[in-house]
Amino acid sequence: MTLQLIRLEIRVTDAAPLFPPICLSVAPGQSATIMGRSGIGKSTLLDAIAGHLASAFCLTGQVRLNGRDILHLPPEARRIGLMFQDSMLFPHLSVGDNLAFGLARTVRGRGARRAAVEAALGQAGLEGMYDRDPASLSGGQKSRAALMRTLLAEPAALLLDEPFSKLDAALRQEMRSFTFRHIKARDIPALMVTHDPQDMEAAEGPGLVLEPATP
Amino acid sequence: MIKRTDKALRAGVLLVLSLGVIGPLGAGLAQTAAASFGYMPALGAHEFGLAAYRSLFDLPGVWTSVRLSLITGGTATLLSLMLAVGFCAMAHDRMSDHAAARWLTPFLAAPHAAMAIGLAFVLAPSGWIARLLSPVLGLDRPPDLTLVNDPMGIALILGLMVKEVPFLLLVMLAALTQIPVRAHMAAGRALGYGRGLVWIKIIAPQVWPLIRLPVMVVLAYALSTVEMGLILGPSTPPVFAVFVVRLLNAPDLNMILPGSAGAVVQAILVAGAFAMLWLGERLSRWAGLWWLRAGGRGSSTEPLLRLGSGAVMALFVLGALAMTALAIWSVAWRWPWPAVLPETWSMRAWVGSAAGWRPALANTLILAFVTAALSLMLAIAWLEGEDRGRMARARWAEALIYLPLLVPQIAFLYGLNVLYLRIGISGGMLATIWAQTLFVFPYVMIALSDPWRALDPRLDRVAASLGAKPWRRLFTVKLPLLLTPILAAIAIGVAVSVAQYLPTLFMGAGRVATLTTEAVTLAAGSDRRITGVHAALQAGLPFAVYALAFVLPAVLYRNRAAMKGGIR
Repeated sequence: MTLQLIRLEIRVTDAAPLFPPICLSVAPGQSATIMGRSGIGKSTLLDAIAGHLASAFCLTGQVRLNGRDILHLPPEARRIGLMFQDSMLFPHLSVGDNLAFGLARTVRGRGARRAAVEAALGQAGLEGMYDRDPASLSGGQKSRAALMRTLLAEPAALLLDEPFSKLDAALRQEMRSFTFRHIKARDIPALMVTHDPQDMEAAEGPGLVLEPATP
Repeated sequence: MIKRTDKALRAGVLLVLSLGVIGPLGAGLAQTAAASFGYMPALGAHEFGLAAYRSLFDLPGVWTSVRLSLITGGTATLLSLMLAVGFCAMAHDRMSDHAAARWLTPFLAAPHAAMAIGLAFVLAPSGWIARLLSPVLGLDRPPDLTLVNDPMGIALILGLMVKEVPFLLLVMLAALTQIPVRAHMAAGRALGYGRGLVWIKIIAPQVWPLIRLPVMVVLAYALSTVEMGLILGPSTPPVFAVFVVRLLNAPDLNMILPGSAGAVVQAILVAGAFAMLWLGERLSRWAGLWWLRAGGRGSSTEPLLRLGSGAVMALFVLGALAMTALAIWSVAWRWPWPAVLPETWSMRAWVGSAAGWRPALANTLILAFVTAALSLMLAIAWLEGEDRGRMARARWAEALIYLPLLVPQIAFLYGLNVLYLRIGISGGMLATIWAQTLFVFPYVMIALSDPWRALDPRLDRVAASLGAKPWRRLFTVKLPLLLTPILAAIAIGVAVSVAQYLPTLFMGAGRVATLTTEAVTLAAGSDRRITGVHAALQAGLPFAVYALAFVLPAVLYRNRAAMKGGIR
């Protein structure tokens, strides 16, 4: 599975593009990094790939996953996982139900599904926390639970939007290795936007710096 | 990726709105206007002309009526606005939004008619205030003064203000959350301006565009209220809206055409008031800029602000007394003057009038929950349609929501009822539900819009990235997260429906009795205890639903810390 951006351009209707066309290919298990000053449209780029672009924007070029153009697909059919700086665990559901919401439909049967969630909780160091209120978790626990939820949906690619910027230094180090280890283990491509050069180093993948488009 | 089903959702909402809300409004207005110009085939009137207007203005007292409406409505709105601004300037930084919402809710929930009846109980010469003052003033019998239904309309102005100030406060506090008040206040005061002046010169001009529409709603209501005018306003002649309702409901059918002319004049009065508001806005802008550029730091406005806040607190006390008076009168038995509390208590009024209030309560409940449910479904469909289209709301759509609240009810309800008669649904629940929903939907929509948009869009995106389709995201993520504001919107919808008087009166054709229609009828003179029973029920119902809306999320989400007031 490879994620390819082919001459991808975003503009507000009739205005100049936000940045020059992007060409990028991310191999399975690889984590590519996009850096750039704030306001350049890094998050907008991720919105476009995930399928949430506001209607005021227009998009040209292609996004291919495994050679197939996915831009015509609705977001839920793209199989692209999203991670933000906040965990975005659903506050009305328990930790376990958050993971169960993510768990792919291919796992069938109540017992099997419960077991899959419990196993994922175990991998994230959250044994026995199925019924916990997400608000009661620590920052690192939330991040790990969110990553597990994303991975349980069996995504074909992962988008990370400043994923570690809200964690303190020690935790950041730990979450980086936890995240990139899982990406490698799953053998899926990941694309991260960040401010932090150390994120890029830890990702050990190709990098790209966004500059404003010159007219 | 905008799919066809998403477009269908939006088209459906637009269709329901135009056929269900805007259509009836326009048709009712057109019908009223046609009748006012002499065209109403059902009455055998076919000749276009101004005869109806001429006979309207030949009626005795009509000009006094118009003047009364303009004075009471205009004064109440202007004073309410000034007091609300002053109170915000004093109290904004000391009051959390949650605390404010809790304080204001009972006043917003109380139906206009119940509040008016309670005020009459408090203000009347034999009422609570006179009783409390009698030892001080040495009164041995109720003072011989016209304190309610006074010819100047002061009781009506007070009544309107008790309801309008809390509403304007709520709207202003919501608007203030969108403005960096603290920073602007600090900057202004550092430049040598006092608190009140920063408020007037810097904050108020930023708040105004956000509260202009709600102020217009208040103005339109104050100029055209029927139930409050009946209960608190002068009687001969009454305020203009009451004058017009009397013509339209007169046994003499010849009064219907002049009555329709009156309905059109009522609409013109409101339109004229809007024009004055616009002109006032222009003038204040011009004068305000001149004043601002002159740079005067002025004298302290603190005493004025204190006075204003004191007046607001007095209004709150008055409103609370009014609500309490309803409850006490409903269980009073012997209550001679000047005793402050009844000598003997009894449930006889409740038991004795049960045959009257039971069916009225049933009708009120059905109307309230059906209209609130319909409005809620329409509002959710609209907001979800906006989300799926990934579009911000157009300005015309915002105006469309407010439209039924800006046109005086009397200007189109009678005409609409004529049309309902023609399609054979007048005088029943269906017509009443339809007519009430016209006014319930806007409030439900307004109440739900801000919390809906405040919901973090990333939650929906994460759900989509986990493979959840739009309907699943709506029902398992968005709606549960929005439970608190949804319940609040239902409570507001119920309160608005319970308060409706004119739509029930016209569309129900006297056959759909609700707590409000009964209470207004009873207020015209019969036993205070029985009036108290109906008005207390009328006020109690919205209170109960609001209380439920507060308690239910707290119980359901007792183990979810982030759901406790975090999302509103």
